[in-house]
Amino acid sequence: MDWSFIGAHVPDYLEGAWVTLRFGLYGVLCSLAVGVLCCLVRYFRIPVLRQVAAGYVELARNTPLLVQLFFLYAGLPRVGIRLSAEACAVIGLTFLGGGYMAEAFRSGLDAVDRSQAEAGACIGLTPAQNIRYVIFPQALATAVPAVFANVIFLIKETSVFSVLAMMDLMNVADTLRTGGGRTVEVLFMLAAAYLLILLPVSVAATLVERRLRYAGFGDSRPV
Amino acid sequence: MSEPILRVQDIRKSFDGSGVLRGVSLEIREGEVVVIVGPSGCGKSTLLRCINGLETIDSGEIRLHNEVISGRKKDLHLVRQKIGMVFQSYDLFPHMKVMDNLLLGPVRALGRPREEVEKEALQMLDRVGLREKADVYPRTLSGGQKQRVALVRAMLMNPELLLLDEITAALDPEMVSEVLNVVIDLARGGMTMAIVTHEMRFAEAVADRILFLEDGVILEESDPETFFHSPKTERAARFLQSFTYASRRDGAEKQSKNNPQG
Ligand SMILES: Nc1ncnc2c1ncn2[C@@H]1O[C@H](COP(=O)(O)OP(=O)(O)O)[C@@H](O)[C@H]1O
Ligand SMILES: [Mg+2]
Repeated sequence: MDWSFIGAHVPDYLEGAWVTLRFGLYGVLCSLAVGVLCCLVRYFRIPVLRQVAAGYVELARNTPLLVQLFFLYAGLPRVGIRLSAEACAVIGLTFLGGGYMAEAFRSGLDAVDRSQAEAGACIGLTPAQNIRYVIFPQALATAVPAVFANVIFLIKETSVFSVLAMMDLMNVADTLRTGGGRTVEVLFMLAAAYLLILLPVSVAATLVERRLRYAGFGDSRPV
Repeated sequence: MSEPILRVQDIRKSFDGSGVLRGVSLEIREGEVVVIVGPSGCGKSTLLRCINGLETIDSGEIRLHNEVISGRKKDLHLVRQKIGMVFQSYDLFPHMKVMDNLLLGPVRALGRPREEVEKEALQMLDRVGLREKADVYPRTLSGGQKQRVALVRAMLMNPELLLLDEITAALDPEMVSEVLNVVIDLARGGMTMAIVTHEMRFAEAVADRILFLEDGVILEESDPETFFHSPKTERAARFLQSFTYASRRDGAEKQSKNNPQG
């Protein structure tokens, strides 16, 4: 292992990690929003939108991100829509992640007893208040493991961004490998970089899950 | 006598084509306690659920203070702010401490100031003997304690009418009275209530009027004295009979009245 090579290229990896982390984070946050939106549409059984959401979820989960990105980056310009690589990256990751998050939230909602919604209704809450204070917090508690798994999955999926010529971790490593040929060092650093990003997420997931399990529910003040 | 608070007129309700409520009418006046009894599956829960709009009715009309409340969709929550309901299964919100369970409705639905409601909630908890439980999660409570909290949660909305659907049916026998005593206390305080119960002694103690429901129709309506000691219909007599046991020693002729257990 050539440690001086590794030391010399740490800054490259830091830059790549920053791209991976930043766009991964944007994608994750937008995915959460899309996921919540989709499952609300389904929960309130809003006509038409409900079928659209169901179709979207299947499409998002059953096509590879690579294909989704090609469509955005190479397909859309054909109809006159030209997006930057960064925009394509965030939109693509959101498209994919939104489908997975929607499913995670839906499984959470399904796990909340119907009688909870009735109890909320019986103290005069509006449907929106009922969702916000009674149903969703409980659904989230069930959905947390799946949501974290999706976060990790989505951050790993950012490695596909290199096809958009973005200098994310994967592209940094690819460039170094084809330039200098030190494959072992390059891949070692790549694995280490992903690990450093994802390990804290995994640990956070474990802590949150444990807290939800042992404390029953957290002690935040929901009112 | 005062105008009725609630007026149910000839309501019908069927599930999958089978009539569960087949023309039910009743009135409840202010401060009145009406107990609805009848065999399991006769439509008691459905009747209560129709009153506060958890089920829609097929025909008929329900009025609260002369205002039609059946068939509404948009502002159903406003109706439910005036009609409290407690179920057999307590349905406390497991992710909130007892106090937050109590505050949610008054603070969010009614928009009342938190501090003011908190004071009231503590007084009410005190009244049902649970003041020290304000800060715990529901899962740490016994069934009887949960149900008392559920009653306080409903009462803190200052409802004009309280619907209780077999609120002791899921409790261990030794916890039944601690909950029913709270209800009797509420009745003494003038709370207007419609109560479904299988606790016949409690029904006799708390009711101003008994409605006997069978197969989706009200077969008998009497004061508790009449209903329990000289029921008018043969069906009601048979229903009451099912709560008594033949004594092992005296043979079948002499029967002792007993509370159902279980
Ligand atoms: N949501 C529902 N869907 C279909 N059938 C129902 C539903 N709710 C109640 N029923 C039926 O209606 C009848 C009356 O039920 P219910 O009102 O719960 O009776 P009770 O409370 O007197 O035991 C029962 O036969 C029950 O199976
Ligand atoms: Mg019932």
